Formats: sequence, C-alpha cells, structure tokens
Amino acid sequence: MDAMLNISTLHYLVLGAALFLLGIIGVLTRRNVVIVLMSIELILNAVNLNLVAFSRYWQSIHGPNALHGQIFAIFVITDAAAEAAVGLGILIAFFRNKETVNVDEVNLLKW
Amino acid sequence: MDFTLILFYAFGALLLGSALLVVLVRNPVHSALFLVLAFVTAAGLWLLLYAEFLAITLVLVYVGAVMVLFLFVVMLVNPRTVRTDKTFQHQWDVALLLFPILLIPFVYVLWTDKLPDLPVNPAAFQTVRGKLAGNTEAVAWSLFRDYLLPFEIASLLLLVAVVGSVVMAKKRI
Repeated sequence: MDAMLNISTLHYLVLGAALFLLGIIGVLTRRNVVIVLMSIELILNAVNLNLVAFSRYWQSIHGPNALHGQIFAIFVITDAAAEAAVGLGILIAFFRNKETVNVDEVNLLKW
Repeated sequence: MDFTLILFYAFGALLLGSALLVVLVRNPVHSALFLVLAFVTAAGLWLLLYAEFLAITLVLVYVGAVMVLFLFVVMLVNPRTVRTDKTFQHQWDVALLLFPILLIPFVYVLWTDKLPDLPVNPAAFQTVRGKLAGNTEAVAWSLFRDYLLPFEIASLLLLVAVVGSVVMAKKRI
C-alpha cells in the first residue's frame, strides 16, 4: 500500500509497459489495417511515456537541465508522424488495388 | 495523499481504459476517438512529469495532425460492411498466445528493479543562462545547441515522408 501512495519512476514505467502490451495486442489481433496502424501509435506513445519518466529521473541526478529524455521524445513524435503519413499512403495505394482493409485478405504471397 | 497522486491514478486509469477500448471496439471511428482520448490523458501525465512543452506538442502534433489524418483515411477506405465484419482476424487466438510470452520480461524487469522517487522540490525547475526559465526555453536551449544535427536530420526525414506519402497515394505517378 505504501508503494501505491508514493509515485515513483516505477509507476510510470509500469503504465508505459501496460500501454505497450495493449498496443501489441492491437497489432496482432485486429482485422482492420487502420486499427493496426493506430495500435502502432499506441506503442510509440508508451515509449514516449517511458522516455519522459526517465527524463524526470535523470533530472534528479544530473541537475534540472538534463532534458535528454524529452528531446528524444520530441524526435519519436516526429518519426511517428512521418511513419503514420507514409503508412496511410501505402494503405491507400493497397486499397486502390484490392478494395479491402482486412489483414486476412492480404494473402497474395501465400503458397 | 496529495492531489498529484489522485491525478496520476485518474489519468493512468483513463489512459489504460481508452487504450483497451482502442483495441476492442468494432467501429474504427470509435477506435480513433478513443485513441485521441488516450493521447490527451497521456499529455496530462506528461504535465505531471513537468514536461509542459512536450505535452502541448503531443496534443498539437499527434491529436491535431496525425489523428485527423487517420480519421480522413478511415472515412476514405472503410466500407459500409464494417458493422457486420468480424472484429478480430482469423488467427487471433494464436496471436494472443504470444501475449504471456511478451509479458514475462516486463514483469521480471519491473519486479526486480528498484528506482528511487521522482523529485518534487521546486528547485527541479530548469534554468537558462542562470535565470529560472520554463520548460520550453530549456528544451529549445538543449535542442538547438546540443542536438542540432538530429534536428536537421529530422526535418530531412519529414521532407522524405511528405514526398513518399504523396507519391504512394497518387493515382498515377
């Protein structure tokens, strides 16, 4: 009970891990490709939460200007936006050819 | 028992609940809206971690641009039959077998590792050129001096992403 009353870095890490696992479940089990891409965004959000929590922890050791985790999180946000745009472009190109957004029907390379 | 404790658990519960609903609901528009809620509560959590610039950037960039793009694509590619389609793909039980295997390293690391508490003293605010400054100035000071090269590479990456997504979505190249 005492561990639940004092918020430490570990609480944020557990939250980030749970979010990561939910994103992985979404990627692995959903049928709609757009929702798979949204679950990838959930995974990246979990990573960002870890980075920001560690940045706060790093500030407690190396002084209040040690913002490396937050800078890393800025770059992760940038990359996630770029990847979402390109991924959705690929999705649209695929949809134009096959008229479906189900992962079950992406089976052209199946033996 | 202070207010930040209540805020952490409230934001955390909202975040996990909306992330769970992203994965579970059938309608992709509902899924996208729950993802928007997840991002907004994550921004609240980052505010608790004293990362104000990053929290606002998350809402502006992720919710304001990326999720709007997702909603546009959902409107473009989802047919009327999404209400009667199956939600999960046909190998969902095999895929879900991976979940306990993925859980084991997380539980092991988080159970055995001990990290000290987060600092809560007011002296943990950032300083720029000796004066007390906000998070935005400190992030800018760090980003444009120590991390200028990754910043320029990130802008190049965004250019490549713009060209790539336009080419991918064109009817005729």
